[in-house]
Amino acid sequence: MRIAVLSIILLLLAVVSLFVGVADITVADIISWDIEKISLISISRIPRTAALILAGVGMSISGVIMQQMTQNKFVSPTTAGTLEAAKMGLLIFFIFTPNAGMTLKMLSAFLFTFFASMIFLAIVRKIKHRNVVFVPLVGLMFGGIIGSVSTFFAVQLNIVQDSNAWMMGDFSGILQGRYELIYLTLPAILITYFYANKFTVIGMGEEFSKNLGLNYNSIMNIGLFCVSLTVSSVVITAGAIPFLGLIIPNVVSLIFGDNLKKTLPLIALSGAVFLLICDILGRVVIYPYEVPIGVTVSVFGSIIFLFLLIWRKR
Amino acid sequence: MIEVQEITKQYGDKVVLDRVGMQFNKGKITSLIGGNGAGKSTLLSVISRLLSQDGGVVLVDEKNVTEYKSKMLAQRLSILKQSNHVRLKLTVRELVSFGRFPYSQEKLTKEDNKMVDRAIDFLNLKEIEHSYLDELSGGQKQRAYMAMVVAQDTEYILLDEPLNNLDMKHSVQTMKIMRKLADELGKTIIIVLHDINFASHYSDYIVALKNGKIIYHDTTENIIREDVLKDVFDINIKICEFDSKRICNYF
Repeated sequence: MRIAVLSIILLLLAVVSLFVGVADITVADIISWDIEKISLISISRIPRTAALILAGVGMSISGVIMQQMTQNKFVSPTTAGTLEAAKMGLLIFFIFTPNAGMTLKMLSAFLFTFFASMIFLAIVRKIKHRNVVFVPLVGLMFGGIIGSVSTFFAVQLNIVQDSNAWMMGDFSGILQGRYELIYLTLPAILITYFYANKFTVIGMGEEFSKNLGLNYNSIMNIGLFCVSLTVSSVVITAGAIPFLGLIIPNVVSLIFGDNLKKTLPLIALSGAVFLLICDILGRVVIYPYEVPIGVTVSVFGSIIFLFLLIWRKR
Repeated sequence: MIEVQEITKQYGDKVVLDRVGMQFNKGKITSLIGGNGAGKSTLLSVISRLLSQDGGVVLVDEKNVTEYKSKMLAQRLSILKQSNHVRLKLTVRELVSFGRFPYSQEKLTKEDNKMVDRAIDFLNLKEIEHSYLDELSGGQKQRAYMAMVVAQDTEYILLDEPLNNLDMKHSVQTMKIMRKLADELGKTIIIVLHDINFASHYSDYIVALKNGKIIYHDTTENIIREDVLKDVFDINIKICEFDSKRICNYF
């Protein structure tokens, strides 16, 4: 029921998203098969909308997996150094093999996010008293360290502006032929969906998982793989989208609980809906110019996050 | 049957379990007693493979636990630890349903749902089955966790200090449920207890540990004796008989 409602909202927003933009395209143009406008839709608008939906679904699901793995509601790609690691991967790629093509770029970002997340998990395991706020704080510091190393090299090589631009979440540059890597989030999303119960059990802790006969370490590794694949492919195609992985799972959890079998579709759909709304707003607010989505998401995200902090405290 | 042989476990130089060996009787309640640091909880964790031992073997139905697939072992043996606080927002029914995880993983069958219903009835949770865990009192939560163990439907049930943080009423309720599990469903229950009177009243066998060694293992009436308990706890304990049960006074 809720899923159906959310799906309809998502569909409507997707249609709106297809028709919002500088070039004025109407339904009549499509019906009359205006070649120029049809090709604009297929080269720019459809890729953009598809990328938005995939990024929204992918980032919010990554968030919830990370929260299950660390048993902490405030951990997400933004608060665990994951985004900074992806950035470092891009930087290393840029320094050593700038012309080696997308596959290597992707691999570099993926490997860095994967190992950084592994280190973060190891640190979290070492922390004995896991205070709710302490873990994301450690994550932010960890991200800060990675970020400062990246910045150091970027300064040395005079590419600070470039490297900052990579990380600015922005869907306006998405065109057919340059965004397809984002489809790599699909396998990660599917795995999460089919392993929903296992990821819920992981969230109950290692001893609980062992008692239920779950192979804790292998599911942790699968989670790491899914998160790294999603985050790195989203960062490469659209840049960093902050807060999404934090607020969407938290809001859904507050209202519908933590049984992923039940809530995962809601998290995925809400993530896509939220991102589409932010993108449409960013496109119309200073029309015909655009506010990068990173900005709109941060504005709404940080407000919602503040409310969450107060709400969760109760 | 669960059998441990020559189990040793040390943390650094400190020997927590020193060549512990014994067999647990089937269909009975066996309580592990002893002072702090005697090794009770460590032994329980080793038996339930949450902790790996430095030496010795644990046999469940004559087979080494390390040879079991973890899923298969989870269908035979379950453990409930006091520290297992689930922080997830789950309803009672959802939590109990995860007791069926070792059998059905991602999708519950009709059979599973029947077992979940049975477990919920067994612990009188019908009225609150759709309440979230974080809305429940300590006693209700404990019952929800036990329902999950009942749904897991294992031959062997291990419990680590299940009475911690429970008031008298809920402690008695918990132990009565244990008794029911053993008597009606034929479960083998191993339980770490601190309150000697609960052990005396509800268990069939008692195992006393001291300094990482089993110093006594016998039927309850042979353990609840002044000389034995003095040896175990190093304090004088007076025992009086009341309604054919022995009550220990150590105050």
